[in-house]
Amino acid sequence: MSDTTDTASEPTADMDTVPGHEPEAPSVADARREAHDIWVSGTEERFPFSTATNEGAQEMLPEADDPGAAMQAGIAVDDDYTSEPTVEPEERQIINMGPQHPSTHGVLRLHLEIEGETIRRVKPIIGYLHTGMEKTAETLTYAQGATNVTRMDYLAPFHNELAFSLTVEQLLGLEVPERASAIRVLMTELNRVSSHLLWAATQGMDIGALSMMIYGWRERETCLDFFEKTTGLRMNHNYIRVGGVAADLPDGWEDDVASLIATITVGIDEYEELLNDNPIFIDRTMGVGVMTPEECKQYGVTGPMARASGLNWDLRKTNPYCGIEQYEFDVPTGLHGDVFDRYIVRMEEMRQSLRIVQQVMDTMPSGDYRSEDRKVTPPPRKRIDESMEALIHHFKLFTEGFRVPEGAAYQSVEGPRGELGCYLVSKGGARPWRMHWRAPSFAAVQALPVMMTDSLLADVVASLASADPVLGDVDR
Amino acid sequence: MAGISSEPGFLMTTLEKGVNWARTNSMWPASFGLACCAIEMMGTGAAHNDLARFGMEIFRASPRQADLMIVAGRVSQKMAPVLRHVYDQMAEPKWVLSMGACASTGGMFNNYALVQGVDQVVPVDMYVPGCPPGPQSLMHGILSLQKMIMDGEIRNSTGVF
Repeated sequence: MSDTTDTASEPTADMDTVPGHEPEAPSVADARREAHDIWVSGTEERFPFSTATNEGAQEMLPEADDPGAAMQAGIAVDDDYTSEPTVEPEERQIINMGPQHPSTHGVLRLHLEIEGETIRRVKPIIGYLHTGMEKTAETLTYAQGATNVTRMDYLAPFHNELAFSLTVEQLLGLEVPERASAIRVLMTELNRVSSHLLWAATQGMDIGALSMMIYGWRERETCLDFFEKTTGLRMNHNYIRVGGVAADLPDGWEDDVASLIATITVGIDEYEELLNDNPIFIDRTMGVGVMTPEECKQYGVTGPMARASGLNWDLRKTNPYCGIEQYEFDVPTGLHGDVFDRYIVRMEEMRQSLRIVQQVMDTMPSGDYRSEDRKVTPPPRKRIDESMEALIHHFKLFTEGFRVPEGAAYQSVEGPRGELGCYLVSKGGARPWRMHWRAPSFAAVQALPVMMTDSLLADVVASLASADPVLGDVDR
Repeated sequence: MAGISSEPGFLMTTLEKGVNWARTNSMWPASFGLACCAIEMMGTGAAHNDLARFGMEIFRASPRQADLMIVAGRVSQKMAPVLRHVYDQMAEPKWVLSMGACASTGGMFNNYALVQGVDQVVPVDMYVPGCPPGPQSLMHGILSLQKMIMDGEIRNSTGVF
């Protein structure tokens, strides 16, 4: 750890050189930066990628001398959050947490540098669940793609499928029937509830409220039962597909959803009764793991974490999808940005999601549950026996898939953890040329040092649980 | 009496039954959750499905206190050495249950990043199919493993008594 102490003793940068805070654009490599900008926004020019990414041999670029760029590239380390050492470097201890640890919510590894009980430095180490999904997506057709992406953030499978499907539909210019959109909203909002319930269960378990764990799982099972009835699977559904959804809602779904809403509403009240006045819970969450709105913006943290810091930012309001703007709901925000506010925000979000679900239930339009464009969705099984054209469509779809026009598209949805975005590049074939995901958990994990530095070792678990990272989402 | 027989006698078979009964009904799993399957594994342990009915509710965080490693989820190349390390830390007797398609065969991810079956790293006693396997599937796998232990000999994983 000699390199760490070296960088810790000499401050490398002030706030002006942190990425996103540069006072002026650096003069070197302007052309490459310009290409990079185009690559990010994606629409100005088609395929400037060959110039942007073909760097030849991996040599150090001249901009490596620029501290801000070096930090962005990971060559230099931002030590803003390391306080001045008050003790001898020899008295610092390194504690390794994970990757096999019950409270790291998967296979995250934390490298903690501590002085006594105080944490002075945190390094999250990721990649233990790297599955190569973005690469695998290049070998799967668009019809098969949802199967792959649903396994990324495995607590929010519907949101993954939705972001993927919306991106492909954007490239295709495909309109989805109203009923399909309503079903999508219904399923994603229920998924948000089930994900937050699991979060409440694990957050409670991690800081010692073990009964919360049992209650959270109990209510989550009611959601999963409905998912299983609708999609056939409890998780990893592959239900929301390009062009609509895989199947219509089952008979009697209104009764199921109504009883589900009733059960969970009562459940949320019970949790609040259990936790809100619990002195141990309050002591362990209030003022712990604080993030300011500025820090949230700097680190790209979105979702309930950003809203707990007071940022009123919800993609369902700012960038609505699937006609979610026609439903009434509020965006809860916190004040302090600590673990307790995140808890409050998530609890309220569950109520708002149930409110949306109720409205969807009351106004569910009739009609098709998927697009009738036979170039995209397969014909009904019965038609294959009757119509030659249906047979051809079916055969083409399941052997070759459908082709998507050349271009690039980005579409994001408000996942339970924040902005979940899918970036797709098509070269006109039946498979994506490149797929990349903007994972909210990734931003949350990179913000862990902000929350944890200079706090107590015992608060690590509380802060980590409140970030609600899913390592499948981080590593993909 | 003609020397020492290789066939187990009355004493050994009775002891075997007793030991196997004890091992079967207090098999503590190590909490080795990796991905989606880990959520279903936790769900199996929670109130709704209640793994405690089979003497297995205590998921041990430390591998040294665990008898069964449920490999729940996809094993990446980076995770494989860690997995082996955890397995080596477990005390004998120990068993491995491979949960789900990814842990058993690599599943749908036939690519550079994943170990194509956890049996390349550790010996596996029971495979549970599914993606992810539901709690019922996992419980079926666990019960099958318990039956296997109950009917088996008291040997450790290297075949030595």
